[in-house]
Amino acid sequence: MKTREIAEILSAEMLTEDNPAIDIRSACGSDMMSDVLAFVKDQTVLVTGLTNPHVIRTAEMLDVSCIVFCRGKRPDEEMLEMARERDIVVLSTRHTMYVACGLLYTHGIVGCESTRR
Amino acid sequence: MADVSILETFDVERGAFETAGEASATIKRTLKRLGVDVGILRRVAVATYEVELNLIIHSLGGRLELAVDENWVRVTSRDRGPGIPDIDKAMTEGYSTAPEDVRTLGFGAGMGLPNMKRNADDFSIASEVGVGTTICMGFKLR
Repeated sequence: MKTREIAEILSAEMLTEDNPAIDIRSACGSDMMSDVLAFVKDQTVLVTGLTNPHVIRTAEMLDVSCIVFCRGKRPDEEMLEMARERDIVVLSTRHTMYVACGLLYTHGIVGCESTRR
Repeated sequence: MADVSILETFDVERGAFETAGEASATIKRTLKRLGVDVGILRRVAVATYEVELNLIIHSLGGRLELAVDENWVRVTSRDRGPGIPDIDKAMTEGYSTAPEDVRTLGFGAGMGLPNMKRNADDFSIASEVGVGTTICMGFKLR
C-alpha cells in the first residue's frame, strides 16, 4: 500500500514529501520503542504517539520508511529534518492508536508479529 | 563480498541519550557500503542498537567493537560495570531494571537482551558484578 493511501485512510496530514516508491505491507503500533525493535520487520509502517528523536533513530535501524504519529501528535521541526535525511515519510493523524491501527487492519495491513523470526 | 577485515570501535557513555544510536547508525552505514545483504544489515543494526542502548541505560560506560571478515560480522560490547547479578533473569522477555525516565523515552521494556539473541546467529554474554559485562554477537554473511 502506498503512503498516500495510508494518509487517506487515516485522514492524516503528510508532514514530509511523499515517496511513491514505498510499499507498506504490515504495521506496528506502540509507544515503546523496545517493543518496536523486537517486532518490526520488512515494509512496515510504525504507528506511535511518542514524539522524540529516538523514534526516528529506531525507524532508521529497522528500515521503517513511514511513521504515523497518532492522537494528533506532531514531531518538531528537528525530528522532521532527521526523518527527511533518512528518507522517512511522516504522517500525523488525529485518530487514537487503536482506531488508526484498526483502520489500517481493515484495509488489509496485517500485524508484523506474523513475520517474527 | 571481497576479502575484507574491518575494525571500528566506539566509546559509549552512560546516560548519553542525546547521541544514542550514532554508533549503530555508523556501523550500519559501514556495512551497507561493504554490500552486506539488507536482511542481515537490519538484524545487525537492531541488535547493535539494543546493545548500544544497554550501555547507555545500564552500564557505567563501555565500548562497541565492529569486526568484519569474509564470513562474519561481529559486534562486541564491553562495559566497565556494574555487572549483571542474574543473567537468566536478564535474558527473560519483559524483565527490566530500567528506571522510569528511560521508559518515558520509549525504552526499558525488557526486550533488549532477548532481542539481541534472536537477531544474532551467535550470541554470548558474560558478566561479573563489580567488573563488567561482555556481549559478543556474530552474524553469518554466508
